[in-house]
Amino acid sequence: MPDINLTDWQILLVKLAIILTVVPIGALAGGYVLHKEMAHMQHRLGPMYAGGFHGWAQTLADGIKFIYKEDIIPAAADKRVFTLAPAIVFAPVLMLYLVIPIDRSLIIEDLDVGLFYLIAIGSVGVIGVLMAGWSSANKYALIGGLRAAAQLIAYELPIVLASAAIAMLAGTLSVVGIVEAQDWPFLVWPPGIGLALFVVFLAGAMAEMSLPPFDMPVAESELITGPFTEYSGMRFIFGFFFAEMAHMIAFAAIGATLFLGGYKPIVPWEPLENIPGVVWFFVKTAFMVFLLLWIRFTFPRLREDQLQKFAWKFLIPVSLALILVTGGWVLYA
Amino acid sequence: MGITEQDARLPEEVVKQLAEGRLATEQMILNVGPQHPATHGVFRLLATIDGEVLVDAEPIVGYMHRGYEKLVEQRDYRQITNLVSRMDWLSGINNELPLALAIETLMELDVPPRAQWLRVILAEMNRILNHLMFFQSFSAELGAITPTFYAFREREDIQYAMEMVTGGRMHFGFFRPGGLKEDVPRGFYDQALKGVRQVIARLPDYEDLLIGNEIFKQRTINVGVLSKESAYQYGVTGPIGRGSDVDMDVRRDEPYLVYDQFDWEVQSASHGDCFDRFWVLLHEVVESAKIVEQAIEGVPSGPVLGKVPRVIQAPEGEVYIRCENPLGELGMYLVSDGDRRPYRIKIRTPSYSNVSALREILRGTLVADMIAILGSFFFVLGDVDR
Repeated sequence: MPDINLTDWQILLVKLAIILTVVPIGALAGGYVLHKEMAHMQHRLGPMYAGGFHGWAQTLADGIKFIYKEDIIPAAADKRVFTLAPAIVFAPVLMLYLVIPIDRSLIIEDLDVGLFYLIAIGSVGVIGVLMAGWSSANKYALIGGLRAAAQLIAYELPIVLASAAIAMLAGTLSVVGIVEAQDWPFLVWPPGIGLALFVVFLAGAMAEMSLPPFDMPVAESELITGPFTEYSGMRFIFGFFFAEMAHMIAFAAIGATLFLGGYKPIVPWEPLENIPGVVWFFVKTAFMVFLLLWIRFTFPRLREDQLQKFAWKFLIPVSLALILVTGGWVLYA
Repeated sequence: MGITEQDARLPEEVVKQLAEGRLATEQMILNVGPQHPATHGVFRLLATIDGEVLVDAEPIVGYMHRGYEKLVEQRDYRQITNLVSRMDWLSGINNELPLALAIETLMELDVPPRAQWLRVILAEMNRILNHLMFFQSFSAELGAITPTFYAFREREDIQYAMEMVTGGRMHFGFFRPGGLKEDVPRGFYDQALKGVRQVIARLPDYEDLLIGNEIFKQRTINVGVLSKESAYQYGVTGPIGRGSDVDMDVRRDEPYLVYDQFDWEVQSASHGDCFDRFWVLLHEVVESAKIVEQAIEGVPSGPVLGKVPRVIQAPEGEVYIRCENPLGELGMYLVSDGDRRPYRIKIRTPSYSNVSALREILRGTLVADMIAILGSFFFVLGDVDR
């Protein structure tokens, strides 16, 4: 391998380029998986023609269609806020990918406070959703935006508490450090606590991303597309579809990293150790995406007040109790 | 909390709430429809909401009025059975039926037994198609997208059987005064049996997916309760009425055709909430499937069209015929002055009476419940406005 010396600026640009290519491609692939998984669960084929093999180019074709769509800004909308909102939704999602380790040394930036950074950045997007809801001059969008905000406040807490327990177990906030600290068997270690934390994290993450069955902010049968009702063309794609997909994949990767041992092989067995960590990481992320989509297509939608009750009366007390149990485990085991 | 000068400029309602020390909120008018995904057509609901609570909701109908009653006056008796088939586009056969019966009663035509049995088979298969369609729309409105497509899969076999007979998928136009247009083709019975047996076999899946689902129960039980009294007052019939314990079914109470020869039960439930309406709808599918099975076994041979004069000219007189449409009681009041065309026709459609009860039960519910209630009020807009 030739010796390449890059300045900090050049390294930064390369990292940016990597994120800006990988994330949209990942989101496109996610869109395709979404179509196909939904179709097969519903006893149909899904897109089959575009691109030849099983319609692999369908999401690409959809993207091209959206590029050609007219960009409509409602006359009564607050134009500056309206145009800015999709960017504020999408940018934090991109930033999530900075601290996710694809392999032991393959990480854009191994921050010491990686986990904290993930949680903090992960919830910025809701400001964009609220902006979109408010500036659209549409009552449905407004209801959707407010629902999204209420939902985030309720579900940020279980995620924070579950992550805090993970940080306690690992003794570090660095994401690589957390993966290194995890032992086989993943997910159920320490006994019981790991699985419970995973379930809490999953519920919280799904609610924060407003994925069904927690998709009240967008609830297509009630609020059309919630905050993004008035958006069209590329703004809709970036603010809604791309952001949702990229967010889902990011959270799948985070879940795989925090709970499933990230880039480590699923069982500590010699032949498996030789498979590169990248492969394990993608397998586990793909499994998480599958799980999220499976839940998504199976359940009906909850109601906003039921969701709030579920968060405040069940999930948060449970996660507090889990912190206590984890503390006991860390002290005595 | 005192009222400041600035507060005094606020609306009266808000000032009152502030004075009581409550969180001040203002009401907002939310126009649901005429173009909204949950209204299945151009139905409009003028909702006044306070936060997410519906203070009032006024159903506004008429965006799709096509003047069927007047159109019918301009056409002769052979044409109008095909016309009313388009009124409620999900159950064409069941629209044609009461009109055909009314003409036959007025003219004292004899309908051959085979035609009567085949009419029952077609009407019940149409009912299954209709109910499965509402099953899918209700689950889609609650956000469960997978059962939606399961319902379409089950519909397809029955739809194909209907297509074999009539050539149409929605507007069948198969009933004639005096019988049917023609006999059923070879292979129809097998196809129909295959379809209805599949529906019966797959019903447990539906129950697992929806009725047994905790989220589904939370969204529907005790939501949008329509009391028995209100159901009677508004003239609510069909699965919605039976969900509120209005134990009425024209097929059993005043049997027309040969409905008294089958072994089936009228399904009803007692709470009148969204869950009960949905439960009744789902179980009526099984009852209809049972009727189809029995009718196919017992269908007699013979002609399918009785002796009908070349020019159908009803004698002077009037008749009211009511039939059990999939959505409720469909009544046709036919007045003839002895011409080739009806003098006047008054159609009582079930959906129209059913949606009139919406305002009462929508008050005080949440926006999300409004969608569940609209979905559980199985109405077809063409049937409301006609």
